[in-house]
Amino acid sequence: MDHAATANTAPPQEEHQEHPIKLYLTVWTWLFILSVGSYMVDILQFQGLLRWGLIIALMLLKAGLIIAVFMHMAWERLALSYAILVPPVLILVFVAMMGIEASYTEWMRVFFLSGGT
Amino acid sequence: MNDTGATQPHAAPTLEPGFKGIVKDWSSDQRSFKTASWGKVMMWVFLLSDTFIFGCFLLSYMTARMSTTVPWPNASEVFALEVFGMHMPLLLIAIMTFVLITSSGTMAMAVNYAYRRDRKKTTALILVTAFFGAMFVGMQAFEWSKLIHEGVRPWGNPWGAEQFGASFFMITGFHGTHVSIGVIFLLIMARKVWRGDLDNGKPGFLTGRKGRYEMVEIMGLYWHFVDLVWVFIFAFFYLW
Repeated sequence: MDHAATANTAPPQEEHQEHPIKLYLTVWTWLFILSVGSYMVDILQFQGLLRWGLIIALMLLKAGLIIAVFMHMAWERLALSYAILVPPVLILVFVAMMGIEASYTEWMRVFFLSGGT
Repeated sequence: MNDTGATQPHAAPTLEPGFKGIVKDWSSDQRSFKTASWGKVMMWVFLLSDTFIFGCFLLSYMTARMSTTVPWPNASEVFALEVFGMHMPLLLIAIMTFVLITSSGTMAMAVNYAYRRDRKKTTALILVTAFFGAMFVGMQAFEWSKLIHEGVRPWGNPWGAEQFGASFFMITGFHGTHVSIGVIFLLIMARKVWRGDLDNGKPGFLTGRKGRYEMVEIMGLYWHFVDLVWVFIFAFFYLW
């Protein structure tokens, strides 16, 4: 009774994504351009901070485009986006911890293993 | 009856945007994800767990590379190819990257046509995606055999730090497995779309769930994720 009434009047809760094909082609083109960019970083033999900065920036741009548009995260409710996108931040904490650990290991090898083999 | 009741929330028809919306969705009765089906949410949760797996692989690679006192082999030279007498650093990897991005693009379009109920175009685009995926795996097999031929082993290689081989085989091997499984998944889905299983709601042979066009989108999530992981592997393993 009540059930049937709400089922008929309520708008469909599960939304389908319909976007023009042009959007996907644009993103695809950008992914190509960004990939060429990261390949050029290697071809042109950039070094040091410039190399790392460019690699990370291009990587994040590509990842963002894929997640937001191809995987439709931009059109999901924030409750889902946050549930999926926030936990990977923990990996960065892990990176920091292992960075400290690895530097320590290297120091030990240099200091106690004379050349570290 | 209870089952359908659970998927039809008695929530207010207008959903709150922004941060307040997050709090409301999460503290609400019955379901937190108001507009995504559970199938889609479960795929996202699976991908999140897969993110941690690949995250840990890349982390162990980082730790090995940072802590070794032996120079790390130069990926730019290791993966170089001689083409028509020209020395091209990282050429094969660049082509693999473009192939995978292209497959991701065709997958996104397949999802789009699936929601337009265009069976022919959806099937064709899924098959193109599977073709590019198989091409990627083929090039990876070539790369592996080339490196093994040159003497790269999980315990050593001719150019430097021994952990290079272990990291390489583990990371690219796990990614290649994901791509291979994805290709099989794509072929099964292409057959389903072509036969009209998603139009008729025919139960699948494994789970018995009725065919819906959303299945194409959920599978698309998996495929895009495989491409996403490659973006990180390309940046950290091949370019760094």
